[in-house]
Amino acid sequence: MPAPGKGARTDRTGSTRRQFLLGGAVAGVGAAAAVGADQALTSTDAPAVDAAPLHGAQTVPFHGAHQAGIDTDAQAHGLFVALDLRDGTDREALRRMMRILTDDAARLTRGEPALADSEPELAVAPSRLTVTFGVGPRFVARARGEAPGWLKALPSFTVDRLVPELSDGDLLLQVAADDPLTVAHASRMLLKDARSFATVRWTQQGFRRAHGTVRPGTTMRNLFGQVDGTANPVPGTADFDRLVWAGDGWLAGGTGVVVRRIRMTLDTWDELDRSGREQSVGRYLSDGAPLTGTDEHDEPDFEATTEIGFPVIPEFSHLRRARSENPDERIFRRAYNYDDGGSGTQVSDAGLIFVSYQADVERQFVPIQRRLDELDLLNRWTVPIGSAVFAVPPGCDEDGFIGETLLT
Amino acid sequence: MKGTSVTHRTTHSTARTTSRLGVVLAAAALGLAGCASDGAAADDTDAPAAEEVTVSDAWVKAADSGMSAAFGELTNTGAEDVTITSVSTEAAAMVEQHETVENETGEMTMREVEGGLVVPAGGTLVLEPGGNHLMLMDLTGPIEAGEEVTVTLTYADGSTADLTAPVKDYSGANESYGGGSDHDHEDADGTGDSDDMDMEG
Repeated sequence: MPAPGKGARTDRTGSTRRQFLLGGAVAGVGAAAAVGADQALTSTDAPAVDAAPLHGAQTVPFHGAHQAGIDTDAQAHGLFVALDLRDGTDREALRRMMRILTDDAARLTRGEPALADSEPELAVAPSRLTVTFGVGPRFVARARGEAPGWLKALPSFTVDRLVPELSDGDLLLQVAADDPLTVAHASRMLLKDARSFATVRWTQQGFRRAHGTVRPGTTMRNLFGQVDGTANPVPGTADFDRLVWAGDGWLAGGTGVVVRRIRMTLDTWDELDRSGREQSVGRYLSDGAPLTGTDEHDEPDFEATTEIGFPVIPEFSHLRRARSENPDERIFRRAYNYDDGGSGTQVSDAGLIFVSYQADVERQFVPIQRRLDELDLLNRWTVPIGSAVFAVPPGCDEDGFIGETLLT
Repeated sequence: MKGTSVTHRTTHSTARTTSRLGVVLAAAALGLAGCASDGAAADDTDAPAAEEVTVSDAWVKAADSGMSAAFGELTNTGAEDVTITSVSTEAAAMVEQHETVENETGEMTMREVEGGLVVPAGGTLVLEPGGNHLMLMDLTGPIEAGEEVTVTLTYADGSTADLTAPVKDYSGANESYGGGSDHDHEDADGTGDSDDMDMEG
């Protein structure tokens, strides 16, 4: 679809106004027809070049065996909010809270306003919105459930400089969409409905490339400029299913998530030349290919040596250290960048919201992080400042709610 | 079936249906004139009001005590207007049907609807904050977010329908009352959720 020029924009003024008005009316009847109505308006009132369905109308199904937002191709914007349960929020209250939050999420991800949504017009462009819930150790204890052994704070790593205000939490909301206004509205709606049960502990706002900037499925780049996430298992494969989905008890069909805020010291990273940067990660910056390959997805050859006998992919590189001989020690990464802007002479406060999904945090994530903690040249420019682990309950059907296997 | 027709709403009057709905009505009338056994519209004319009216997106505002309100959308698939004659719930000692109107000073106030709210034939009655709503008076106990409240609607033909509505925290719907300044700006918000969220971090 060609980008509309100024002329096209002027032509569309009338239809935009009508879309707004109809949006309000549609919201009044539940907005189930919002998408259809919007498309109908576009096709009748707008120039033919604009007749393609708007990306804002795209939805990701909320209901299913697994929660959405995990094997969903990562959206451009991701918001992570951790809540602390109020003292009085007991098992019965948790059930009420999760019913309400599930209903909100189901409606909003369909592109409908939530019940009692005071800004219904903001709900009608879901833009592949997903809402994913995770529960912390205290949530499971209040629910009088049995927590998996790995549901606890990660062991301390020497690289950690963790701040309590950016760590842990009882309930995680991952709200992601290709439109930041959609994310803001959905999260506010959810947080208003969580307010009588919980308080906000931390919030992290992340981004990737905007929708349409690169081809779908392109591995993200972090703010070091590195291709980040190449070795991920592929959603829809048996490999992914085995590594990500948990099999037992109330968590069957769920998973575990690690959220770590990793500050990147970009100002000192700037001092490193390009070959040094590539050595530190073991991949080319241009396309993410391993230093022994030509394509991003080439298998790295750790045996290859340079003419003077050093490994082509250095022992201290991130790629070498993260890789395990054990095929079960793998995780599914779904990270976002953050950039909170600079202050004074420090021109940026930026980094990575590291997010990984895995069935068993202790068996899959911890060994990788141990190796990175012991030796990884990238540690010089990265500082973990926040860390949290949550169990992600399975999905639910239309009559159910997220957390029902734990709360009923 | 929600969303198959679009109801245009105006702020200051009871919800009325649009010309689009007029087309639906005309079609229904044609069905009647044609063959009584052919077409759902014809069959529906004899059905009790409780079967003609469907309720969607109902919710009740959370409150610790005192008053609350119920909202939602009532859609009448029949060919006759349906009047709600009374409303009751175990959650409140009394339920009134309220509309929001402009008083002589130009202020929006709410007052009881004489004779009950009407769900227009083939149309939708929208109950919403700042508009028509069901006022729950003298709550029998706290209504907490996430629980469900059952409200019984009785229609003019004597048929009744139970609607089950989830309870939601809501900061709005603090309408003032017409008649008697001592009730003006009375806070219907009993949620007690005044403690602010901790937004740091």
